[in-house]
Amino acid sequence: MIELDNLCKTYEIGEETVRALDHASLCIEDGEFVSIIGPSGSGKSTLMNVIGCLDVADTGNYYLDGMPVEKFSDDELARIRNEKIGFVFQNFNLLNRLSAQENIELPLVYQQVPRQERKRRVDEALDSVALKKRRNHKPMELSGGQQQRVAIARALVTKPSLILADEPTGNLDSKTGDEIMLLFHELHDQGNTIVLITHDEKIAKQADRMIRILDGKVW
Amino acid sequence: MIFQSVKMAMDSIMSNKMRSFLTMLGMIIGVMSLVVLVSIVNGATKSVTDSIANIGTNMLTVMIMDDKDNPLTLDEVDMVADYSSVKYAAPLSNKSATVKHERTSESITLYGTTGAYYEIKGMTLLSGRFIKNADVDSSTFAAVINKTAAEELFGRTQVVGETISLNGYHFTVIGVLDEEESTTGNTSERLEAYVPFTALSKISGSSRTVSSFLVASADEESMDAVENEITKYLYQRFGYDSDAFSITNSSTIMETMSSVNDTMKWMLGGIAAISLLVGGIGIMNIMLVSVTERTREIGIRKAIGARKKTILLQFLIEALLVSIIGCLIGIALSALTVLGVNRFMDSISASMSLDVVLVAIAFSAFVGVAFGIYPAYKAANKPPIEALRYTS
Repeated sequence: MIELDNLCKTYEIGEETVRALDHASLCIEDGEFVSIIGPSGSGKSTLMNVIGCLDVADTGNYYLDGMPVEKFSDDELARIRNEKIGFVFQNFNLLNRLSAQENIELPLVYQQVPRQERKRRVDEALDSVALKKRRNHKPMELSGGQQQRVAIARALVTKPSLILADEPTGNLDSKTGDEIMLLFHELHDQGNTIVLITHDEKIAKQADRMIRILDGKVW
Repeated sequence: MIFQSVKMAMDSIMSNKMRSFLTMLGMIIGVMSLVVLVSIVNGATKSVTDSIANIGTNMLTVMIMDDKDNPLTLDEVDMVADYSSVKYAAPLSNKSATVKHERTSESITLYGTTGAYYEIKGMTLLSGRFIKNADVDSSTFAAVINKTAAEELFGRTQVVGETISLNGYHFTVIGVLDEEESTTGNTSERLEAYVPFTALSKISGSSRTVSSFLVASADEESMDAVENEITKYLYQRFGYDSDAFSITNSSTIMETMSSVNDTMKWMLGGIAAISLLVGGIGIMNIMLVSVTERTREIGIRKAIGARKKTILLQFLIEALLVSIIGCLIGIALSALTVLGVNRFMDSISASMSLDVVLVAIAFSAFVGVAFGIYPAYKAANKPPIEALRYTS
């Protein structure tokens, strides 16, 4: 469960002070499929970074599964990201030197899961994105849709509390985008909590609940 | 975790082979200069100490500089030889002379001494015998020549009983010495003849007085005792004037030589170490470029849960691997160079010791860590959102 309580965050860009989060509060229950929608510059990236524990708000409280995130050190945040959050990015963010399988395995390596167990769970994740045949390919040898499925498998492999997807269809053609959205629905049906960040109304509407953000304020 | 880090580091080194090789080149050259230079100094030390060991480390050379008109006699040398700690004592004088046999004429170095000289120097004979005390007592014109002399004069080595002329005096050859083993491989080109001390006095028209003699102690440990005893004796003998004589200890010469060589080793090693440091700067430079280039990778790794320590370790291991691989290549090339030097260069001999190899490895590892730590620290402390946002 995710609870944001009165989060504020400001950036200094040159002379200007930008209020990226302005007393933002929201709550997401386990198993929900929520979309966060807003135009660029609305603060949705900052919101996603804070929810994803990549960044910490200036003031306010954020509880992830009951843990007060703003009290954690960098390394503790890294551990929370590793165990509780699965990221899916617009530009996939796979490591090009590693094969699909090795990319998926990486979060488990950081968790120091034993080799046998890693293999089993990577197989499982590959299965759920239907990419078993491409396991030894490097990202550059895969299509955009396949790369995004590898990224989703990497997000799934740690069995996170939350899958955080940032414009996951943004770099894909509409047909492939639909396939990826279908995959998210499947994952939701299997009980995963999904937070999808987008500027696309059509995509956002597919979620159970839509949260709008504008000028750092959540509606 | 370490295994994974090593694998990742290896992947990244292999993914840019040319750059990795050029970075390693600094280390390779540094290690080679260190190992090869130190090996050459080691080789020099070894050949010097070997040749001193050949002379004997339990030998003293005594020279009388000022005899106060009361020169040392042969009997007094015999008296020294009777000291309990002294094993042998032999007078020594030398003179260059002309040796003739039939129509062959050569210059030769004559040594006038006694039978004890043979023992002190640990000589070996090819044939015949060395000078005996009876020869010295009766000033026999008998000569023991070295192998080179026999070959030059007679063209063969079995020449015992032949007669040679030394400065016009006829000497009978009573023995031929075997060639002294030389560590540098080149045998002595000099012609040498050993004659009874008294015979040399006679043909050179000088008195039978002793101006220098050699002393051998029973073993290396009693060297100091022998030196003290002889010093005390000569001090009294020559009117309490310590400048009247000098005693040279072969182990002192060896110590001096090896300390000179040690200084050389440290100096050359130090210069080579500086080139290793320069190699380290090369590594740091490339690692900094690499960290910037891979900012996005660092961001991704951090997003999916890599801790600071993990990133630090990954880049540190990469720097360490570059320096260690470079070091190993450098050691391999040094071994080849040392082999080549020994094989194709007569004047220099090199000897590669395990010590210098270990020092090279330790120093390379140190350089790898010292110059890798800053780039790795920089990588580890990149904030994840900035790193993810980075576009090259």
